[in-house]
Parts: sequence; C-alpha cells; structure tokens
Amino acid sequence: MITVVKAGLLATVQDLGRPGHRSSGMPLSGAMDRVALSVANLLAGNAPGAAAVELTLAGGTWRFDDDAVVALAGADLKGSLDGVPVAPWSSFQARAGSLLTFGAAATGVRAYLAVRGGVDVPVVLGSRSTYTRAGVGGLSGRALVSGDRLPVGEARGRAPAPRTLPPGRRPPCGGGATLRVLLGPQDDLFTAAGVATFLSGAYRVTPQNDRMGYRLEGPPIALLGGADIVTDALVPGAVQVPGSGQPIVMGADAQTTGGYAKIATVIGPDLRLLAQARSGDLLRFARVTQAAAVRAVREERDGLEALARWFAGRGARR
Amino acid sequence: MRILAQGEGGVVVELGDGIDDAVNARVHALAASVTEALAAEGVEVVPSYRSLLVLHDPVRTPRAGLVRRLRALAERVVEAPVMAPRRVVELPVCYGGAFGPDLDEVARLTGRSSEAVVSLHAAPVYRVHLLGFTPGFPYLGGLDPALEVPRLEVPRGRIPAGSVAIGGGQTGVYPVESPGGWRLVGRTPLRLFDPRRARPFLLAPGDGLRFVRVGPEAFEALAQRAEAGVDGLGGEA
Repeated sequence: MITVVKAGLLATVQDLGRPGHRSSGMPLSGAMDRVALSVANLLAGNAPGAAAVELTLAGGTWRFDDDAVVALAGADLKGSLDGVPVAPWSSFQARAGSLLTFGAAATGVRAYLAVRGGVDVPVVLGSRSTYTRAGVGGLSGRALVSGDRLPVGEARGRAPAPRTLPPGRRPPCGGGATLRVLLGPQDDLFTAAGVATFLSGAYRVTPQNDRMGYRLEGPPIALLGGADIVTDALVPGAVQVPGSGQPIVMGADAQTTGGYAKIATVIGPDLRLLAQARSGDLLRFARVTQAAAVRAVREERDGLEALARWFAGRGARR
Repeated sequence: MRILAQGEGGVVVELGDGIDDAVNARVHALAASVTEALAAEGVEVVPSYRSLLVLHDPVRTPRAGLVRRLRALAERVVEAPVMAPRRVVELPVCYGGAFGPDLDEVARLTGRSSEAVVSLHAAPVYRVHLLGFTPGFPYLGGLDPALEVPRLEVPRGRIPAGSVAIGGGQTGVYPVESPGGWRLVGRTPLRLFDPRRARPFLLAPGDGLRFVRVGPEAFEALAQRAEAGVDGLGGEA
C-alpha cells in the first residue's frame, strides 16, 4: 500500500488510457505525458503502460507502507525520500515507512510516480485511468485526497537495480515549445491570413488549462465565417478555435465530440510538450506532413524500446 | 463525400453537410462496415452527425492504403438504401415536477400546455445520431420542431443523472451528473451509463429511442432496481 499523506495540487491514477469506447462518448484519458509515464514504469521494472500516479505542479507527500521500488519521471518536482533529494528520471528503493516529499517545480508541470508492480486499482472498461468528470477509473473515480491508500500490484521477476537516466537521455520537460501540427480537419473554415497567423504567432498558456484542454492567448485567428460547425468527433491534440479566435488545444480528457472549427491537430508525440507547459509559457505551432508525423511516432516508439533494452542490458547501476 | 485528416492517426469521412436522418443513418452503416473490415487492425470509429472519425495506428495501418479502403467502403454505403434503426430502446421517463423543473417554462415558451409538451415529446421514435459530451449522452434526431426552445442563459452547474432535456432543436438525456444548459423536462430512472454492467452503455449510436411516460411510483421502483444493478440491462451477463 501507498498512503497519500498530502495529495498535492492534483494527483490521479493514470495508465495509457481507455481506447475502444469513444463511440459511446467515453474519452481516451490516460497520462498527459505518455513518454514520462512509460519511462517511469520502465525505471520501476514495469511494462510501460502500467498504472502510476500523475502528479501536477505540487507533488504532495506519500508514505510507502511496505518496501517498494519507486520511480519518478517527467517534470522535476524536487522529490526527497526521507529528506534526501532523489534525482528526476530515476528509480530508488523505498523502505517500509519511508516518506516521499516534494518541493516546487522550477519548470514543467506533470511527473509520474511509478511503483514496481503498478498501482492496482480496478480496471474499468479496459483501463485504470481516472476520468473524474464521469467518476470512472482510478481510486473511486476521483482525484486522490489525503488519507487515501493505494494498493500496489504483484511484481514479477527480479527487482531492477536503482538507476538514473543520464541528462542526455531525458526528454525535454517544460518551458516554451513548438508543437508540430497537421492542418485540418476544418482549416478551410479559416482565412489564409488566419492560418498564417496560427502558424507564426506565439500563444501564451492561460490559467484555464487542465487535463481536458488548454486555452491559449495570442494573435486572434481569423475565421471565414462562424466558428460553429455541425458537432463532430474530437481527439486529444485537436486545436479548436471559437469565435474569439483564441485557440483551445485539447488534452487527454478531451470530450469525444465538439462544435468548434478545428484548424489543426497537434501530432501525438508533441502532446507531452503541451502537458508540460504551464500558465505563462509560450507555445508556437509548426506545420508538418503526414510522413514527418509518422516518423516522429516511430522515433518515440524506437526511443522507448531502446531505453528498455538499455535498462535490460546494463543491469544498470546508479 | 470528403476525406479529411484529424492528426496522424485520424481520418474523417464526411458524408453530408447538415443534421439529417438519412446522412446519419449512412454514417452508422459506414461505422459498422469499417469496424467489420478493420477492427482486427486496432481501428476504432467515432460516428457523429454527418461524419465518421476513423482512428488508426499510422505505423501499423498507413494512411494512403486506409484512405483507399475507406473510400471504397463509403461509396458502397452512399449508394445503399437508408436502413431503419436496428433496435428501438424504450426509456421510461417521469415528466415534470421535481424531475422536470423546466417543463412548465417549456410549455410557456412554446405556447402549449405542459400535457401537450409531454405528448409531443413522448411521441416519436428518435434516432441516436451520436453519443458525446459525457459518456453515454445521446444526441437525438427527431424532436418535434414545435418543442424547439432556447437554451438556458445561465447553464446549471449540476444536473442530476438521468435528466431528459431540450436545448434548441435538440433533445437528449444526461447520463452522469454534469453541468449543462438544456431545459429539464423529465428524468429516467434507468442508467444510460453504468460501468458495473457487462454492457455499460444503454444506447449505441444508430439506435432508435422512444420515451415512455411513467409516474413517480414506477420511477422509484425502477430506480431501485437500477441502483441494485438488477435492471435487466445486461449487468448479470
């Protein structure tokens, strides 16, 4: 068991999400930064898609009631185990009764707290991910609160040695970023100047950002006519533009349908850059081709596979 | 027909321009044929009013070949006659009172009696054009134009699960407690979404739906069965 002593700003159980039910209106959900979740799990000796805790900005305080192999990845939320700082992107042994505390992140937003064996909450519609709006998944369908106790799954095989990802292997986390996009599906509802504005402007992340979507603020994007479309399907990464011309980029908990024109879609591998952007950070958008987007998907998968092999081969010392 | 991209892993097949029963029936026919042909490759479909989103792994199922296959499937569907819904689900609704606090206002806005509003609302076989907004929320086609009313100026923060509502020219049912701006005319004791059941979603896109008027006593009895998970909706499978 892991006891939530203090939950921090927002902590939810997440895995790689709940595909297969979007035609019934059930969002994908899952980790906002899928690479960081996968790396945390690999560090902890789990399959990349095991359930872990997604921490947001302020990480809270956690007590391990049993000996555990624990890993952190993603934003550096300044974790300490019983007062001793632990490196970001690392795994470590926590003795029964030890306390993991967090400070404040200098940059980035989301970190993943993985434990060997995975967080063992019930599987709902094929996933342990929490979707709070419908009270589905995770622990009782909600964000974690002080006093909660999280069951840990049975671990198989030999426990991995503690290891730390060298700085050169750590994916970037936080600050401004350029997100690659594919135009469409409704880019034809915007003026040519509007599309050019979107692709050249800098957009600031507003405080209205959460797992469902990020409202951005910047040069207004000109539509040809109204922003309303006949409601159609929506994916994480879709860039909706309401009549104000200020874009909204959808996150992992994006509802499955929406009624605003969508100028573009952020490619899957760059959604983690959105997940690590905080209020005030500047985002830009760069158009890419389908071929370039697929290359980026391959690179992300190859990178995770190489990391898994590297861990396996190295036996890995700190 | 138009084929559009939504990200590297999404293809949108548009079969028409507006909200229309025939166009939507074709969207659901296409959803069925795409699922049959491509589900083994991990392809998932999301139907909406006039288009089908086809989600695919762009490495496993490359875009060019997928678009060719979708175009062929869509052409067959466009030429086929429009089918009636495969099944019609009956949804018990207790209209008015605490369950439908806006019923009298809807009557006032439409210049009819509350009784007439209920009769008009419970008459048609609606079509589930799509599910969205929250898990299991049906956007229904077939509302009598006489019942069209503007949405609330200030949306409610919490609408109880099961609320049956009218917003603009649309009607639907709130499956889980959520905020919303439609006007509440009644409530169903059945759960449109219950993850404890073997079939968690009561409605599927493309279904027919009829509202059946029940009184408060029947509502309470049915609500207790739903609470206990013995509502006969597939939970015991």
